[in-house]
Amino acid sequence: MLEALTLILICQFAGEVTVLVTGLPVPGPVLGMLLLLAWLWGRGGVSERVGGAADALLGNLSLLFVPAGVGVMVHWERVRDQWAAIATALVLGTLITLAVTALTMALVQRALAWRREGGHD
Amino acid sequence: MTDKPLSEIWVYLAASPLLWLTATLVCYLAAQRLHRLGGESPLLNPVAIAVTLLIGLLQVTGTRYQTYFDGAQFVHFLLGPATVALAIPLYRQRERLRTLALPILIALPTGVATAALSAVGLGVLCGADPVTLISLAPKSATAPVAMGISQKLGGLPSLTAVLVVSTGIVGAVLGPGLLRLLGCRDEAVKGFAMGLGAHGIGTARAFQLSPVMGAFAGLAMALSAFGTALMLPPLLRWIGLAG
Repeated sequence: MLEALTLILICQFAGEVTVLVTGLPVPGPVLGMLLLLAWLWGRGGVSERVGGAADALLGNLSLLFVPAGVGVMVHWERVRDQWAAIATALVLGTLITLAVTALTMALVQRALAWRREGGHD
Repeated sequence: MTDKPLSEIWVYLAASPLLWLTATLVCYLAAQRLHRLGGESPLLNPVAIAVTLLIGLLQVTGTRYQTYFDGAQFVHFLLGPATVALAIPLYRQRERLRTLALPILIALPTGVATAALSAVGLGVLCGADPVTLISLAPKSATAPVAMGISQKLGGLPSLTAVLVVSTGIVGAVLGPGLLRLLGCRDEAVKGFAMGLGAHGIGTARAFQLSPVMGAFAGLAMALSAFGTALMLPPLLRWIGLAG
């Protein structure tokens, strides 16, 4: 557990420092994730201990969003005054995004399969 | 037993981070139990319930958000390590990742642009002001990325955080049903859409449904964090929303 957590924190730290030094427009933890991925690829596997710690952390992912969510109370007035626009953008916008993403990916996959099966010569 | 007045104990507790850290965990566990009691109905989303319970508690006790966050920040901090840890389920899916590289490379920019433009477009139609629009634009990206973008472009990062969480809840509640309606059967496609549109909360929901779906949701969340960070500033400048 401790080893895994240290490895994860080192990757995050390296990611944050890289972002600070290079001014890349991505957040440190995202870069840290790529570093950990590269490290796993280099080592050729995930040890049981590292895998277990990651599963514990990701199994409770929802909890980690609660503190930010409570922040809605700070913006109560803005949300109340523009609730219709915010609600529409949230619900419809999210549904449109999910549909477009899934359909695009499925369509490209189908087109590739069709080409592989000799749909044209 | 000393006879300290209750108010004195409260003053002590309210000043230490322990109280609101504990309250966050207790409310979340209660929300999870309610979710389970309700037959795991997606409508009883644990994040939404926990947030409602906590806001109620803060209102009743007259506590400010900043005071609450002093305690809850320890939970909030773990978002970073959790993002890094997403590398592990991804690595486990490396074979499928290789075969799906092209569909993913095309679906990613399409999805990221759709997320931002649909949010801004619908917001304009319903009369949101520019600050709200900029705060809405990065709502499908994971919280730390979205907040950074919002701040850079002139939105309100803390409002963006709330919109990001709400987007995640909407995606987690309605996403699986929508994808079923659209006839999506491929777990990788469903997961990718959930992670791109509803980031970590969508990913958490996807992990509940299947490990493959969760892994691809995690991948989509990470890639869309990159995509949003790179694409959103020029995109908003192009539609004339950011300077």
